[in-house]
Amino acid sequence: MSDPIIYRLHDIAKSYRGRSAPAVLVPGVMEIRRGEICVIVGPSGAGKSTLLRILGMIEPPTTGWLMFDNQRYDANTQPALSYRRRVVYLFQRPLLLSQSVYDNVNYGLRVRGIKDEQNRVQRAIAQVGLQHLTHANTRTLSGGEAQRVALARALVIEPDILLLDEPTANLDPANVEVIERVIRERNQQQGMTIVLVTHNLFQARRLAQQVGLMLDGKLIEYARASAFFESPVDPRTSAFIRGDMIF
Amino acid sequence: MNTQIFSLKSILATTLFSAALALSSCAAPAPTAAPTPAAPPANMTLATTTSTNDTGLLAAILPDFERQYNAKVKVIAVGTGQALKLGEDGNADVVLVHARAQEDDFVAKGFGINRRDVMVNDFIIVGPTADPAKVKGEALAAPALRKIAEAKANFASRGDNSGTNTKEKDLWKISAVTPISSTTGWYYAVGQGMGETLTFANEKAAYTLTDRGTWLAQKNRLPNLSIIVGGEKVVQNTDPALQNPYGVIPVNPAKHPNIKANLAEQFAVWITSPATKQKIALFGVEEFGQALFRPL
Amino acid sequence: MLWSVILLSLQVSGLALFFAAFIGVPFGAWLALTRFRGRSIILAVLYTFMGLPPVVVGLMVYLLLSQTGPFAQLQWLFTTNAMVMAQAVISTPIVAGTVMAAVSGVEPDLRRQLLSLGATPLRAMWDVVFEARFGVLLALVAGFGRNISEVGAVMLVGGNIEGFTRVLTTAIVLETRQGKFDLAVSLGLVLLGLSFLVNGLLLILQTRTNGIWRAV
Repeated sequence: MSDPIIYRLHDIAKSYRGRSAPAVLVPGVMEIRRGEICVIVGPSGAGKSTLLRILGMIEPPTTGWLMFDNQRYDANTQPALSYRRRVVYLFQRPLLLSQSVYDNVNYGLRVRGIKDEQNRVQRAIAQVGLQHLTHANTRTLSGGEAQRVALARALVIEPDILLLDEPTANLDPANVEVIERVIRERNQQQGMTIVLVTHNLFQARRLAQQVGLMLDGKLIEYARASAFFESPVDPRTSAFIRGDMIF
Repeated sequence: MNTQIFSLKSILATTLFSAALALSSCAAPAPTAAPTPAAPPANMTLATTTSTNDTGLLAAILPDFERQYNAKVKVIAVGTGQALKLGEDGNADVVLVHARAQEDDFVAKGFGINRRDVMVNDFIIVGPTADPAKVKGEALAAPALRKIAEAKANFASRGDNSGTNTKEKDLWKISAVTPISSTTGWYYAVGQGMGETLTFANEKAAYTLTDRGTWLAQKNRLPNLSIIVGGEKVVQNTDPALQNPYGVIPVNPAKHPNIKANLAEQFAVWITSPATKQKIALFGVEEFGQALFRPL
Repeated sequence: MLWSVILLSLQVSGLALFFAAFIGVPFGAWLALTRFRGRSIILAVLYTFMGLPPVVVGLMVYLLLSQTGPFAQLQWLFTTNAMVMAQAVISTPIVAGTVMAAVSGVEPDLRRQLLSLGATPLRAMWDVVFEARFGVLLALVAGFGRNISEVGAVMLVGGNIEGFTRVLTTAIVLETRQGKFDLAVSLGLVLLGLSFLVNGLLLILQTRTNGIWRAV
């Protein structure tokens, strides 16, 4: 646990059948520090979600490998369930079970055999501000509420790493505010490592300690937030920050 | 296209023909009973029991009637109960069945008119060749049934109120045993036709009452069964209670005006005529080596 | 007499449904959730079996159980066991096919999301099937409906024996053959009533669960 680096990516590439260019290409070594908020930005279709799925050990890379806390994950090596369970992935379009909010938030605990943790579940629901909907069926929720339930469902597990794929896309400012607050709280209070994918540069500025920019599947800039925004190395990064890029 | 033109033509021809007939009947005295062959055949519905149809008797004798009277006979082969019901509802023009009491009731209630005897065949008791109830040698059916009941040997009943089933119930009455399917334990009311009941008896090593015709026609597929009571030939059957008389009854047109009363009556006359009786007496000799029915 | 026939119908069809569900639900779920070589062939066979004529099933079961058949020692012919067997064969493909359709209707991404929440693959599969629970219930109702209204196969292998294997449908055939149409029609109404009852139960179940959801 003393290693400050939780993720090491080695020459990761991911290709899909029938597509010539790889969807993701991260040459060399990319590291993510324990307890940090790392934000990956880039236009849609740049391969951000694919990279996040590799980090979530949902999809293996085609070539290269991932070291997660000294556990190797590649095309031929599946991580043990106990490792996989330390990472939770919040999907861009989260799907909830047609059950109560409580049952949904409790899901991660239930599958881990953790029982009688009502307080923990209630706390997670309260943190996303949905106490009044604890027993409502998820079918009755609005998009923003559903996204918050999905966040609570991920947080209740208290994972080491939380991966968020565009968690605030298409949400109104109030819901965005709640979700960003919760992300910051968890990171500061529990030292939770958070990797967040967004196309929203302002969100990256608000949250990130480390920022990466992906263009056409390639990670072209990866730096501390201050360096990324104030003295980017790659001219394309400057263009992206200025908003000059036309997609 | 061709067939359409043809059918149009034939309709035209028929219309012209009947018009000509109408004209001629005005001018000349009424034509004779036998209709001209060119007229389309009249349909008649005969409701009968499965035994007359399944044995092939009707197929052997009916063409003669159809030719003679320019008729087309639709045969509905069902149980006696349903056959009589078909007549009762006016869904058949004439019935040919074998359950005397029900037939008399049918006539008494005015559904049919002028019942006539046609023929008899006989019933036999068949059972497992091993004869577990030791019935063989018994000449009469009622004591044989008694023995079966005492031995608690399996017995398959039609259980469908058919003529055969009615006969079986009468025989049990004589034997003074009252078996009930659900409680007796060895008595099975199959509730299906003779063929299915024989199949059941063959599979379950059971005795059953059957008409000889069905037995002869199907015994090749019933390797576990043989005749226990009634003898190998009709003439060897000495139990009067096993005789099975068939009656023909035209349906009463007063109850149902759409009944083909004339044709039905002609059918009753024809099937009891000496020529037809001759044919009935010979039916089965070639195929089974013995007659299946004896005309009355 | 009438009650025992109704009871036997329910018993036979219910037991047959139990076996059909036991095989059909997992099989249908498995077909919906996995992709493998030859799956389309299995689907084609399944769809064919969904429309299998009951009489053909009855004939097959009959030949298996008959004195000359391979399972003659069971002594099952003309017993309720044979009827349960035939009905289970008839309704299993229907249950499997309907369950497959229902489970296929669940968002495919749900399983991945459950896995990412730490579920084991089996657990995630189960929860996806549970998500389709209303469809699964519908499959069971469809299977039961097919069972209880089926006549050809039970007539062949059961034999319609009074007090032993006579069920509603075979009783209707018998009464019709005897010309006792009023009794046949009443039995038909009982059959119709049973179907209605089962479907009504399903409807109540559906609206009740929905009601709970809406109430909060």
